[in-house]
Amino acid sequence: MEVLDIARWQFGITTVYHFMLVPLTLGLGMTIAIMQSIWVRTGDEKFLRMVKFWGKLYLINFILGVATGLVQEFQFGMAWSEYSRFVGDVFGAPLALEGLLAFFAESTFLGIWIFGWGRLRKSLHLAALWCAVVGSWASAYFIIVANSWMQHPVGVELVDGRPVMTDIWAVLTNSTALAAVTHTLFGALIVAGMFLIGISWYHLWQRRRDGIDTVVPVPPGERRAGLIRRLTDASTRVIVGEAPGVPGRDRADHGVWLWSLRFGAVMAIVAFAGTGLTGDWQAKLMYEQQPMKMASAEAACHTGSSFSILSLGDPGSTDCSDVVTLIEIPGALGFLATGEWGADMPGISDLEPQYQNQYGETIPDDELYGSFAGSEVQYVPPMWVTYWGFRLMIGLGGITAFGALVALWLTRGGTVPRSPWIMRLAILGILAPFAGNIAGWIFTEIGRQPFVVAPNPDPSGIDGVFMFTAAAVSPGVTAGEMLFSVITLTAVYAVLMVVELFLLVKYVRGGVASAMPELAPAHRDGDGGDDDASDDVDGDRDRRDDVLAFAY
Amino acid sequence: MEPLAITWFAIIAVLWIGFLVLEGFDLGVGMRMLFATRDERERRVMLNTIGPVWDGNEVWLITAGAGMFAAFPEWYASLFSVLYVPLTVALVGLILRAVSIEWRGKVHTARWRGWWTAGIGLGSLIAAFCIGAMLALTSLGLPIDGNGDRVGGPFVWLGWPAVVGGLAVVGFSLAHSATFLGLKADGPVRERAALFAARWAPLCLVPAAAWALWVQLEHGGNAGSWMLVVLAVVAAGFGWVQARRRREGLAFIGYAAFGLLGVASIFAGMFPRLLPSTVDAAFDLTLANAANSPYTLGVMTVITAISLPVILGYQAWSYWVFRRRVTPGMIPEAHIVLPAILRDRDAAAPAPHG
Repeated sequence: MEVLDIARWQFGITTVYHFMLVPLTLGLGMTIAIMQSIWVRTGDEKFLRMVKFWGKLYLINFILGVATGLVQEFQFGMAWSEYSRFVGDVFGAPLALEGLLAFFAESTFLGIWIFGWGRLRKSLHLAALWCAVVGSWASAYFIIVANSWMQHPVGVELVDGRPVMTDIWAVLTNSTALAAVTHTLFGALIVAGMFLIGISWYHLWQRRRDGIDTVVPVPPGERRAGLIRRLTDASTRVIVGEAPGVPGRDRADHGVWLWSLRFGAVMAIVAFAGTGLTGDWQAKLMYEQQPMKMASAEAACHTGSSFSILSLGDPGSTDCSDVVTLIEIPGALGFLATGEWGADMPGISDLEPQYQNQYGETIPDDELYGSFAGSEVQYVPPMWVTYWGFRLMIGLGGITAFGALVALWLTRGGTVPRSPWIMRLAILGILAPFAGNIAGWIFTEIGRQPFVVAPNPDPSGIDGVFMFTAAAVSPGVTAGEMLFSVITLTAVYAVLMVVELFLLVKYVRGGVASAMPELAPAHRDGDGGDDDASDDVDGDRDRRDDVLAFAY
Repeated sequence: MEPLAITWFAIIAVLWIGFLVLEGFDLGVGMRMLFATRDERERRVMLNTIGPVWDGNEVWLITAGAGMFAAFPEWYASLFSVLYVPLTVALVGLILRAVSIEWRGKVHTARWRGWWTAGIGLGSLIAAFCIGAMLALTSLGLPIDGNGDRVGGPFVWLGWPAVVGGLAVVGFSLAHSATFLGLKADGPVRERAALFAARWAPLCLVPAAAWALWVQLEHGGNAGSWMLVVLAVVAAGFGWVQARRRREGLAFIGYAAFGLLGVASIFAGMFPRLLPSTVDAAFDLTLANAANSPYTLGVMTVITAISLPVILGYQAWSYWVFRRRVTPGMIPEAHIVLPAILRDRDAAAPAPHG
């Protein structure tokens, strides 16, 4: 393999991996901040339990996102030094701003939140969490500003063949960035929503299975009148119980899971609507800014306005003659791209000659391009990836929102059905929005090829600012070094994912008590025992007040 | 020379100083987890002294890297691509350390804790050594050509500067963490750290002093940078005297000031070089040929001037919130996580006190 291919695989692997962790951090962080706010306002213990339980899972996941984020910060210089030199005047700024304005706050205040239980006033402790969460959202914004500049370079002029920043405000308010960051954050909220649904479902199901909660029919006389209520009200009612032998399995526990489940479902549905609106905005921008990406997302070979539901062809093809469109909606594509039903959108066979004309048929014969110098440029990204990536993203988002809607309806009686299969489906559903997010990113990054910095198609004042991916890789780094790093990082990442999943499963199964030792009498040995007796075991401790509420 | 470029050289020096002085004790505490005690409770005391702050301290490194990208992209691109292998290893060390700190206490078996203790210790050691080697190499020079690319193989950087720099950061972190634990811990951890700070710490600081001196000799130095070297050595001597008198606060200040002044002397001694070329001085990356446009540097200067004091403020506040010493009595009992599911509990419950 060429150095370029290895470097691209490495960027793909490390970035996709990083972005399996980040959406959960973004979405769950916001969720926990909302829960803690409600707890501080109402004092309802149920919300404290939610904060503690979801917070524990959040931290197990958070750290792996931080750790893998380090690689992201440095690998532009390591593997993509020519890219770093070319874009350095504009691209480094959002990364540095992320550190200064977002990441410091996120990390410092998260440390304060984790260890601050019982040491800070409740309101101050809550404020620390909000600072951390806002920091993480701001961090997402700055990273997407950087990425969006690669999709749509703005705020620069070309000086000696290199883009030089002239307007930071234009870079920070890049239309591509504003659309992408809102889209990404809604995507993260869907991830968190399904995470809440799946895990809460599991616990409600276990409570029923253990006979703690029972379901009884509502007598017909007590049912409310009216057609709508007849349809939405459940015909059964849950009798919430408790299991004295299991720490945390009390009546409040039921409320923790039911509230989390419903909140997650509502959040997933609302956020899906949000991704729809922002995605539509993105599509319209893409039609203007990266028409080839839009066309290849549709495998739209010929100029037209039909939205393809199913097209078949040779996977990996970049050649239009292989594509057969089986089902399509006439007019819909034009509507998506321009807002006008039936408007024509340029197809690949029209765009390709335009691109060849504007950016050359071959890569310049310059030694910078190494073995790619003089080779023919393939302007059509691998359509198999863009076409299915686009559909997978939308399809999984839709399935997720539908699943959340079904979850709301199925739990209207106050608990979940007994069926183990629906419970398993709810857990499996956690993965769907993760996959959707990844599909979206793979689509948009592969769809940008063969450029690492995509050119603006229309004369916009910022013309000629583009870079081929083939020119971006580090010239001085050997294939052996790249292989060493990609193999090492992939192996380390794989092992850490296994550990993360193991820990998440362990703490999920433990329920709220896994995050709240105070719910369990100390030194249980299986038979309970009363609290006074177990306190004596701790006689070697200093005053109990001194014990850290949280410690590594 | 462009004043904004000089400003940014200073800002990057400040970011690296912030990283080495703050994260220095985190890395040192991490390494000490390997050898300073065999007792689990004492290990947890050590780990919890850095618990609330280590992640915030690590951001100094990230921001130093990003700042190099934002101000001197040629430097960022050349240094990190030339040092591809050691940076990869450093990143693996940092990844290992981060997850080990967070996950170590999540399962309560001796084997689990043993693995993650090793992860914290070795991760800290590897990261400290590789980062030190990289900083020494950028201060003393690397074989780069006119485009800033490496001349020679993947290990051409391996030599005395890398070794001295690596040992410098490892040694400084060990000494610095000993006085840090003297301030932040109580019980046997504190006693042992005080002993280390008085007995072994001066030896640990020798490689760092050697690096600082080497930079002055290599580049000729200037009055300012020589003065910083002298002050750094005086600070180390002061710290040592105070450590022997068991004045923990003053000892900490002495060793911390050595780190601050020492790194400052290295940056001052390099000035205006960013990455000297050992192939030809004409290929040196300097402030003049690697800096970004005045517009970019100006914007970033304004934002940094506003945000850095705020960052220092809230980081200082976090140290204030967690100012109490961590004592063995403050460490909570290990919390054993059992499934909350009735029929699974008997199977998962450990044998009593097993």
